[in-house]
Amino acid sequence: MTSAAPGATSAAPDEPAIRRLLRATEVDTRMIGMIFALLLIWVGFNVYTVIQTGEGLFLTPRNLWNLSVQTSSIAIMGTGMVLVIVMRHIDLSVGSIIGFVSTIIGVAQVRVFPVWLGFDNPTIWILAVLLALVIGAAIGALHGSLVAYLGIPAFIVTLGGQLFWRGAAWLVTTGQTIAPLDGRFALMGGGPHGSIGATASWALAALACAGIVFSLYAGRQRRARFRFPQRPMWAEYTIAMVGCLVVLGATMIVNAYPWPERVAAAWAEANNIPVPEGGLFISTGWAIPVLIALVIGFLMTFLARRTRFGRYVYAIGGNPEAAELAGINTKRITVMVFGLMGMLAAVAACIDSARLDSATNVLGQLDELYTIAAAVIGGTSLAGGVGTIYGALIGALVIQSLQSGMVLLGFDSAFQQMVVGLVLVGAVGLDTFYRRRTAKG
Amino acid sequence: MDAQVRTPLVEMKDVSLSFGGVKAVDHAYIDLYPGEVVGLLGHNGAGKSCLIKILSGAYKRDGGQIFVNGEEAHIGNPRDAKRYGIETVYQALALADNVDAASNLYLGRELRTRWGTLDDASMEAEARKVMGRLNPNFRRFKEPVVALSGGQRQSVAIARAIHFNARILIMDEPTAALGPAETAQVGELVKQLKSEGIGIFLISHDIHDVFDLADRVTVMKNGQIVGSGRVEDMTKDEVLGMIILGKCPPGAIPGPGAMAS
Repeated sequence: MTSAAPGATSAAPDEPAIRRLLRATEVDTRMIGMIFALLLIWVGFNVYTVIQTGEGLFLTPRNLWNLSVQTSSIAIMGTGMVLVIVMRHIDLSVGSIIGFVSTIIGVAQVRVFPVWLGFDNPTIWILAVLLALVIGAAIGALHGSLVAYLGIPAFIVTLGGQLFWRGAAWLVTTGQTIAPLDGRFALMGGGPHGSIGATASWALAALACAGIVFSLYAGRQRRARFRFPQRPMWAEYTIAMVGCLVVLGATMIVNAYPWPERVAAAWAEANNIPVPEGGLFISTGWAIPVLIALVIGFLMTFLARRTRFGRYVYAIGGNPEAAELAGINTKRITVMVFGLMGMLAAVAACIDSARLDSATNVLGQLDELYTIAAAVIGGTSLAGGVGTIYGALIGALVIQSLQSGMVLLGFDSAFQQMVVGLVLVGAVGLDTFYRRRTAKG
Repeated sequence: MDAQVRTPLVEMKDVSLSFGGVKAVDHAYIDLYPGEVVGLLGHNGAGKSCLIKILSGAYKRDGGQIFVNGEEAHIGNPRDAKRYGIETVYQALALADNVDAASNLYLGRELRTRWGTLDDASMEAEARKVMGRLNPNFRRFKEPVVALSGGQRQSVAIARAIHFNARILIMDEPTAALGPAETAQVGELVKQLKSEGIGIFLISHDIHDVFDLADRVTVMKNGQIVGSGRVEDMTKDEVLGMIILGKCPPGAIPGPGAMAS
């Protein structure tokens, strides 16, 4: 959309091949840079572990699978944070919303719903998730209303919210941890049982590939109908091939990660399946939280790109006065964006508490900072108006890769924080430099 | 004169607006007939932009009435104004810099597919059509408008105003950001719109612009109307006198802001 090479479709003949590829495929050059940085981090950590322990620990199916699960909650919130920041606001309360929502739904699904419905009732997890979404959206909308209608800066409103909801989370259980949670609810956290296995993973991958090809085809048809310039055919093929390869490759990796031996053995015993020699190999496949994150990423992209709401969010970010003069109800959109952010924080709360199989008031601490970092590293400009959903997803992956890579290497947690801080400042610094240069050129 | 018998397209009566203790608009009266261009002149800070922003819904008036086609109009925000067919080209252009021309053209009135999603392709196609009429050299449909030149941005802003069947067009300093060729283009456009029966308020502090295009002028000073009259009944010097001194010439109807003589 905002490529560095201004929309000329005719390529100069002496252009280097890579530049021509980028131009013809209309790929965001920033995204290429981000993916490159991500790969650099991955390979760097892997090489480091090879030096340290004699084998590569980072680029293993096991670690990559874990990485995907750990990333999902920040990624989900990152997609909402993009819209918040695009509108020139900020939300510092999402971590505390996680804490508050998780304790509420923890109490609800362990102490309240079973009393009404009976223990292990199959609707408990659905009620818990719905309750989470409603509370999250309500808290977000409350913050948004204070920002929009009372004109209190979002920074202050959500800073206050951060303290308030963290305190409220403590009050809900007077600091107790609630565990274990409902068995079906816990599947949302991933783990061997909270994953979909090899067959379903391949089926989904095939579906995703079909989706990629179809959307390219539909886009081409639409352009043809209005006689807009088309991408060259070879560029379309390249995009389709790269997209499908990424999907299939990632699926291959998550399928290469087997259930832990003991979990597999317990499962075999429960189902009366003889364990073959050398253990049972059961593919984990895509974890449910990762699928939730991917679906939300897709839905949010749709919302941002293809709906009025999304268009208004970007227009308000670009020029609030112009949006207002164009007749857009900017206040309502503000409330909606914060409400959406709260709802996504509630989804993250479900995933986080399900993953730990417990609800506690300290859940999600510092998550607001990682979420903002994910959005900003993903190219969202704090000046407003600019930012992409997929950028935030990749940004979340970058942050989480650093984090879990350093854990893998046994770095001190103090040192980990320092590195993440440095990377955040460095990434934004680079980005500012890059933007200034492209603006001049 | 038949303009006097017809109902005016717009009539603003006794309109006032103040910020704190400052009376930005002080009991002003102004009217506009179909197919007419009324130039609104005055110094910076004379209140002309404020008066016009009341009409376009950007400011809420403290007092007074607005009539559109003889019926009282209730204008509280820009959406209301658009419902009455009042469109505005703002001085500061009022474009969302980070989205492309088509998105700006349809901002607040997006075309949608039957599934309720944005129909970007149709909007771009329409944008290509309307821009082709206004500014045939315009090619950069895919870029955020921040990358465009002042003239190109101005054509986007004007396209937005006229594309939705405006009956009343407000142009606030439409040529301030433009070069001579583009200014001429805007002039042509004003004449074309006028011939289509659209009423136009032209706000400017460039007196030559206004004399070339307007049928009547109204001059404001310190928030008050100095006077208004037909262009052919006045000389440029007389109008300058109105702007600078508040002295109303014999060819014009004096308003409350006219210097007592």
